[in-house]
Amino acid sequence: MIKVTYRDKKWEVPGRVTVRDLILKVGLNPETILAVKDSKLINDATVLGDEDEIKLIAVISGG
Amino acid sequence: MPGMRCRKCGGLAVINMRQHRLALCEEHFVEWMRANTQRFIEKYRMFGPDDRVLVAVSGGKDSLGLWDILLALGYKADGLYLGLGIDGGIDYSDHSRVCAEKFVRDFWPDARLHTLDITGTYGESIPEVARRTHRGRGKPCSVCGLIKRHEMNRIAYELGYDVLATGHNLDDEAAVLWGNTLHWQVDYLARQSPVLPADRPGFARKVKPLCRFYERETAAYALVRGIDYIYDECPFSVGATSLYYKDLLNQMEKDRPGAKLDFYLSFLRAKEQRLFASAGDSIELHACERCGQPTTAPGLCAFCRLWEDESASQRVSEIDGSLF
Repeated sequence: MIKVTYRDKKWEVPGRVTVRDLILKVGLNPETILAVKDSKLINDATVLGDEDEIKLIAVISGG
Repeated sequence: MPGMRCRKCGGLAVINMRQHRLALCEEHFVEWMRANTQRFIEKYRMFGPDDRVLVAVSGGKDSLGLWDILLALGYKADGLYLGLGIDGGIDYSDHSRVCAEKFVRDFWPDARLHTLDITGTYGESIPEVARRTHRGRGKPCSVCGLIKRHEMNRIAYELGYDVLATGHNLDDEAAVLWGNTLHWQVDYLARQSPVLPADRPGFARKVKPLCRFYERETAAYALVRGIDYIYDECPFSVGATSLYYKDLLNQMEKDRPGAKLDFYLSFLRAKEQRLFASAGDSIELHACERCGQPTTAPGLCAFCRLWEDESASQRVSEIDGSLF
């Protein structure tokens, strides 16, 4: 299972899946999210496997 | 599997920008952001290589990214940080100041960062001013905007900077445009622009060099550069209308890549064709009796009216020399 963290949330999602599809699966909008793996930004077509751990970062700010 | 490759070098892409059909690696993404910022500065005639630029720095990804880009492009860019006194249980203002100072230390140790602490200068934090004046229905956002606009303009003007640059990105601009369009705020639509000229005495020239970049790109730039920015939202922004508009626009963007960009660029083209006539040009402006900044009504400006009781106005009249 892919381990996913986002703010104070955590999910486990079955691989193999692209970053974009994973973001959609956890109910977020890929236009507002970046993904980081091993402290490096990864593009949203990257295919993730069951051993991967990624952090999702919200990009929207302001008020 | 790494997915997409950089269009320029074939290396591993770190970002895919669907609206441009462009994927880039770290190195070429940084290069692309800087080159396009330069292109927008020239296209909208924001400022030249000899101008002194004051960058409004909040500690967030957009303003720190903008400052980094301008310094990398060789501009004479100093920073201005306003301490707003917002805690919200997460030491929001303190943390944002730390991010701004750390950025200078880590990346540009010779850069100059001006700081002004609102509480230290005026005796009250922004939430305290909002509570005392009963403005904003329990939220200090309107007071915050008013104080920030006044102080940034005052400091840029008084210190003789040629231009004040802010880190507004396309998502910010599209959300404002969406709100103004929903309410047909024609005057606001006429004024919304990448450049606000210093066309009246007391006004600093204001520019938004990042206004054509998606927020996803400004965040990616900060991450790729390793800039430690304040990630938490302002605690008062929860439920803000602008965030709701951004969410709506990004729902469209998800299904139709380029929808936000097209909305904003079509608006700028319509403005060039003079679709929006402003009544603003004919409004007579007066100098505020206390601070001297331009205001639409005779007497005190909206900022100085915040401090109308005697003790507060005394503090405002004594602010000379409190900067830095």
